Amino acid sequence: MLMPGLRQLLWGTLSLICACCASQSPGFAQTDLASRMKDPGQWPMAARDYANTRYSALDQINASNASRLQLAWTFSIGADRGQEAAPLVVDGTMYVVGPYAGPYPNRVFALDATTGELKWSYAPKPEPAAAGVACCDVVNRGLAFDNGKVFLNTLDNHSVAIDAKTGKELWHTKLGEINKGETITMAPVIVKGKVLIGNSGGEMGVRGWVTALDENTGAIAWRAYATGPDKDVLIGDDFKPFYDSLKGKDLGVKSWPADRWQVGGGTMWGWISYDADLNLIYYGTANPSPWNANQRSGDNLWSTTIFARDPDNGHAKWAYQVNPHDLFDHDEINENVLVDLELNGQTRKVLIHPGRNGYMYVIDRATGEVISADAFEFVNAYKGVNLKTGKIIPNEEKTPLAGKTVENICPSAPGAKDWQPTAWSPRTKLLYVPHQHLCMNFKASQVGYIAGTPYVGADVDMYAGPGGHRGEFMAWDPVARKKVWEIHEKLPVWSGALVTAGDVAFYGTMDRLFKAVDAKTGKVLWQFRAGSGFIGQPISYRGSDGQQYIAILSGVGGWPGVVANAEVDQRVRNAALGFTGAMQDLPFYTTGGSELLVFKLGSADGQDNSHAPPQ
Amino acid sequence: MRLRSDCTAVVLACLVGIVSPATAAPNGELRVCADPNNLPFSNSAEAGFENKLAAMVAESLGRSLSYTWWAQRRGFIRNTLKADKCDLVIGVPSGYDLVETTKPYYRSTYVFVSRQDEHLDLSSLLDPRLHRLVIGVHLVGDDGNNPPPAQALGQLGIVDNVRGYSIYGDYRQADPPARLIEAVERGEIDVAAAWGPLGGYFAEHSRVPLTVTPIQDGARFTPQQFQFAIAMGVRKGDHALRDRLNTFIDEHRSEIAALLRSYGVPLVDESVTASGGHE
Repeated sequence: MLMPGLRQLLWGTLSLICACCASQSPGFAQTDLASRMKDPGQWPMAARDYANTRYSALDQINASNASRLQLAWTFSIGADRGQEAAPLVVDGTMYVVGPYAGPYPNRVFALDATTGELKWSYAPKPEPAAAGVACCDVVNRGLAFDNGKVFLNTLDNHSVAIDAKTGKELWHTKLGEINKGETITMAPVIVKGKVLIGNSGGEMGVRGWVTALDENTGAIAWRAYATGPDKDVLIGDDFKPFYDSLKGKDLGVKSWPADRWQVGGGTMWGWISYDADLNLIYYGTANPSPWNANQRSGDNLWSTTIFARDPDNGHAKWAYQVNPHDLFDHDEINENVLVDLELNGQTRKVLIHPGRNGYMYVIDRATGEVISADAFEFVNAYKGVNLKTGKIIPNEEKTPLAGKTVENICPSAPGAKDWQPTAWSPRTKLLYVPHQHLCMNFKASQVGYIAGTPYVGADVDMYAGPGGHRGEFMAWDPVARKKVWEIHEKLPVWSGALVTAGDVAFYGTMDRLFKAVDAKTGKVLWQFRAGSGFIGQPISYRGSDGQQYIAILSGVGGWPGVVANAEVDQRVRNAALGFTGAMQDLPFYTTGGSELLVFKLGSADGQDNSHAPPQ
Repeated sequence: MRLRSDCTAVVLACLVGIVSPATAAPNGELRVCADPNNLPFSNSAEAGFENKLAAMVAESLGRSLSYTWWAQRRGFIRNTLKADKCDLVIGVPSGYDLVETTKPYYRSTYVFVSRQDEHLDLSSLLDPRLHRLVIGVHLVGDDGNNPPPAQALGQLGIVDNVRGYSIYGDYRQADPPARLIEAVERGEIDVAAAWGPLGGYFAEHSRVPLTVTPIQDGARFTPQQFQFAIAMGVRKGDHALRDRLNTFIDEHRSEIAALLRSYGVPLVDESVTASGGHE
C-alpha cells in the first residue's frame, strides 16, 4: 500500500535512481557549503558542520571574559510557539525561521547579522486546510544554505528554495500530505547539491522516509523508506550491516506481522551528518507506530535505526537498530556526531549517538559496529547493551502492558535525551549534552476521544528522576566512557548546546535562563534572564565589526513546553502525552515568546552591563 | 461522497428548528466546535447527528447557532474550547478530563460489523472464529491508545489476521473513519470491530446488507471497556452552560434517543450493578 498520493512523486525504480548519480555537483569537497564550514565566522547549517559538532572555532569570548556578555540586539519572530530553530549566518547575513503559528506560519527572515537590520522576509502560503489537521508539533528546527539559496521546510510538507539575496522563492516541491498526518519539522541538510529531508508524524501512523531533492530544481532524486521491502528501503547488494541479525532479505517486512510495516512509523525528524571521505550520510529513525506493541510482534525494522547511506543514490551501506520492538516511544532520531577517537591505541572513525534510551553509543561509522554503549542517565527500562550482538537487553519488569500498572520506568517516553542537539569540542574532547531526567508511571485509565471514537488509553505520568531535578547539562568523555561534570536544572534542558574555542559552552533553560559555562569545569560564567523559556539552538559567528556574537531564539514550547504556551491544562497530569505532569509548574516561570537574542562582549572597562541610565 | 444527507427521520423535521442567520436570537450565540468531516457525528454541511442536536440545543436556549470547524484529533479541545473559539463540544466521553462534562445523553458500545450473508453473528472477542477471520480495527496511533478491540485482540495473541485502518485516514476524503466499514462492504475484511455510532451509521448506508452486533465482553478485558457514555463538553468552570445543558438533556431524552436511532446508533442501557448503583 504505497501511499497513492506519493506514488506519482516517486520514480521508484533503482535504474532511475542510479541514472541520477551522474548529475553530481562537481568537486564535493569544495562545495559552497563545505567551504563555508571552514570559515569560523559563519554558521552555515543548523549543526554548523557535517560532523554535527556545533563547535565554533571563535575564541574571543572565553572563560575569563564571558561575564561581560551583553545583549547586542533582538528581533521578534512574531509567532509565540516553540522556537527550536537554529539561526544561520552566511556572509554577514542571518537567516532565521519561525514556527508554524501566527499570521505567517514558518516565516523566514534575513537580517544583518551585525546590526540586526531586517533585509527581507519570506512568508510561505500554507494550505488553509491544514488548520487543525496537524495537531501538535508546530516547531521548525531550522533552515539550510548552499550556493546562494536558503532552503526551508514548511510544516505542511513543502520544501522551498529561496534566493538568499532577495528572498524570492525559486522553487518548491510538495513532499507529503498533511491530510494524512505527515508533517516536516526537521532542518534540511544539503549534501553534494542534494537537499535531504525527513518526515514527521509517526504518532499518526505515517510511514517514515528520507528524501533527496536536487537543490537547483527541487526534483526528487531518491526516497528511502524506513519500513517495507528492501527496494523501498534502498537496501541492495552493497548493504553490509555489522550484525547478523540485520542481514536477510526484506527485513522491513518480515520483522512485522502481516502488513504492519505499511503504517509502521520510523519517521526522521532529527539530524543528518555526513562523512565526505567515506561518502556516507548518517541519521536515525523514529519509533514504530501506530500499532500497540502487542499488535506488532517482531523487531519492527527499520524503526529506531541508525542508517549509513550513500548520499548520491540513497543506498543503505549499513544499519544498526537501537531499540528493537520499541515499547517506550524511544525514537532514535538524535544526532550522530562524527569524531575520530583514540581507542586502545588506535584511531577509530566513530559516531557518537546519545540515545533516547539513555545509552551513549560509540559506533564505528565505517562498519556500524557498536564499540561502547554506556548509560549516561539513570536507566532501568533496559539492562544494558550486549556488545557482541549489538542488542539492547530489555528489562521485562518494566514492560508496559495494557491494563497493567508499571511504575517508575526510567527514562520516560521522551527518553534520557530527545531532539536537543549536543556539541563536541575538539579541544576538550568532550560532548556537551543537554537532556532531561524523567521517569514515568504507565497505567491504563485515561479515556481518550479521537475522531469521535472513545478508548481507554495509557495513562503516562512523568516526574523527576532520582534526585528531584528534571534536567541536566553535562559533559561526557566518550573515551573514558564517563560523565566529567554536570549541572542539574529544575526543568528538562530542551535547548541545544554550543561550544567554542574559547572553551565556553552555552545552553538555555526552560525557566528563561541562557547560560555560558566553563567547558572544562561546568562552572557557570554568565547567565541572562530572557522573556520566555529556551528550547532553541545557540550559535556563534563573527560580525562585520570583527566581534564574536552568540545568538539563540527564546520562546518556550515543544513537547514539554505546551503547558506554558498552548493552554494545556496543567491540572491534567497526562495531557501532552504525559509530559504535563512533569511540567506543572512551568507556567510559574514562563509564557510563550518568539524573540531572537544576540549577544556580544561589552567593553572591558565598563563593569556595568545593566543598561541603566546614568543616575 | 456517497452518503445521503437526508437520513434524518421525519420526526426530526418537527423537532428541529432550522436556524438561519436571519433568526432573531434573543440570547445571543451558541458557539459550537465540531469536526467538519466526520459523519455520523458532524460535518460542515451540518448533516451529522451532533449537528442536529446542536440545532435542538440552540433552539431550546433561544440562541443562534455558530460553528468553528476543527478536525477532531489530538489538540482538538486545546485549539477550540480552550482557545475560546467556542463554548460547546457536542460529543465527549462522560467524565472526559479535558472539559467539564454534562450528564451523559447516550451510551453506546463497540460493535462487530460483518456482511449479512456471512451469518457470523459475533458477540465476543473470545469467539474462536476470530483466530481465522480477517478483522479490521481503527488505529488511533499513540502506543497504548488504540481502541479497545485492537488492544484486546493483541492481548489474545490475535495479530496476523488483524488489519488496521487509521482513524485519521486521508482527510481529503469524506469521513475518513468510514474506510473501515467500507472494507467490510468490499469484502477486504470479514469483520470490523468499530465504535457503535460509526459502525451502525455506515452499515445502514452500505450497498450490501451488513449486520451490526454489540461486543458483549463486559469486564473480561479490564481496564479495556467496550461501552462508553457520551456527554456534552463545556469549558471547565462553565457551570452555567453545563447546568442548562443538563436541563435540556433531561427534558429531551426521548427526542435525543429518536435522533440517535435515526442515525443507526446502537444504544445500550447503563448497566446496573447488584447493589442497584451504576458501574
